[in-house]
Amino acid sequence: MVAKRIIPCLDVKDGSVVKGINFEGLREVGDAVEMGARYSAEGADELVYLDISASREGRSTFTELVEKIAARIDIPFTVGGGIASLDDAARLLDRGADKISVNSAAIARPTLIDEIAARYGSQFVVCAIDAKCIEGRWRVTTHGGTRLTDRELFSWAKEARDRGAGEILFTSMDHDGTRAGYACEQYATLSDLLDIPVIASGGAGSIADIVQVLGPGRADAALAASIFHYGQISIPELKQALRQENIFVRL
Amino acid sequence: MIAIVDYNAGNIKSVCNALDRLGAEYVLTDQASCIESAAKVILPGVGNAAEAMRELRERGLVETIRGLRRPVLGICVGMQLMCRHSEEGDTPCMDIFDCDVRRFVPAPDAKVPHMGWNAISNLEKKLFTGIPRGSFVYFVHSYRPDLCQDTIATCRHGADMFSAALKYEKFYGTQFHPEKSGGVGEKILQNFLAL
Repeated sequence: MVAKRIIPCLDVKDGSVVKGINFEGLREVGDAVEMGARYSAEGADELVYLDISASREGRSTFTELVEKIAARIDIPFTVGGGIASLDDAARLLDRGADKISVNSAAIARPTLIDEIAARYGSQFVVCAIDAKCIEGRWRVTTHGGTRLTDRELFSWAKEARDRGAGEILFTSMDHDGTRAGYACEQYATLSDLLDIPVIASGGAGSIADIVQVLGPGRADAALAASIFHYGQISIPELKQALRQENIFVRL
Repeated sequence: MIAIVDYNAGNIKSVCNALDRLGAEYVLTDQASCIESAAKVILPGVGNAAEAMRELRERGLVETIRGLRRPVLGICVGMQLMCRHSEEGDTPCMDIFDCDVRRFVPAPDAKVPHMGWNAISNLEKKLFTGIPRGSFVYFVHSYRPDLCQDTIATCRHGADMFSAALKYEKFYGTQFHPEKSGGVGEKILQNFLAL
């Protein structure tokens, strides 16, 4: 049986890890390579690095950073942020990324998923989806939750899978930054709908929240940022707790 | 010197990085003479087995690899190419290990690709010296080798038990990625380098 995964997420701006609530009020929290190495040593199963730089310089700093991460880290890592073409994906693969995640650009041009999956395989493509619930309907947003689209979460997730995405990383913008728990019902629905892994993101505030989303929420992996960055939860402690709840994790 | 076979079969960067972390010296090569003179050979591989086998044949490396008498480690698709046959593209392979490679049958408790950390058991020395039964390693694959007399580690995905590692004479293969398997993977690579 494949173990459920714990994934610290590192938002990187101009080479440093930052964290804010709903992309506002960013605070620098540390060095991207050192933090990744520490999480890996503590038992993280995978890492996600998201480039949130807005500038061209920031983007090129990030590409160099990916090479440093790959040299140091001996667990799989995904990189995302601003990937809009097969060339963008190829550049990151060449630097040593194990997977890439696409988000806004795939909404604008869904065949991006087909292109990357056809060239490098589905295992290389994570489709990240940011959505919020508006009048009972889960609407997909882009650009860090700032732009609402007409797409609906579940149909887009299904389409992304059919186009070749190997995993779905769904962030509930209603839960992100609240530390009040994940959108568990939506993950359970996605899990029933899809035969590819679902990664839960947004809302982790406690060990109990992660137990909920990996247990009843049936997510394959739980991603979180601030609870790890600010040392609220340690990964070894979290994994022991998950084992006690009969959730199969790597120890 | 270790030769990493560079035959346009996917990302070999992570294998290079892992050897760098271990301080091992290596060359990337598709030259038969270089591969034959190496103390050890690593055959990586990511992607499609039919394509990878074609790349290997085009370089005339099939007989070179089959004839090696020093330790060889195939990783993922590299290992699959060392089996008899792969269902992927109905591909005849190098026929070193005594088994075939078949696609996983998807099930609710066994998503395909088999991707993530899974436990390995029935571990045989020397590749797994110092690795406890049930250790976790990282897998990413949709096809897997059958169990056979060459099996030196097993893994279960849903109801399907398959070979996580194989050995025949000096030929070793892992279906998982030791270069991405944290400390456990590093130890396995060290064991291979120490053979």
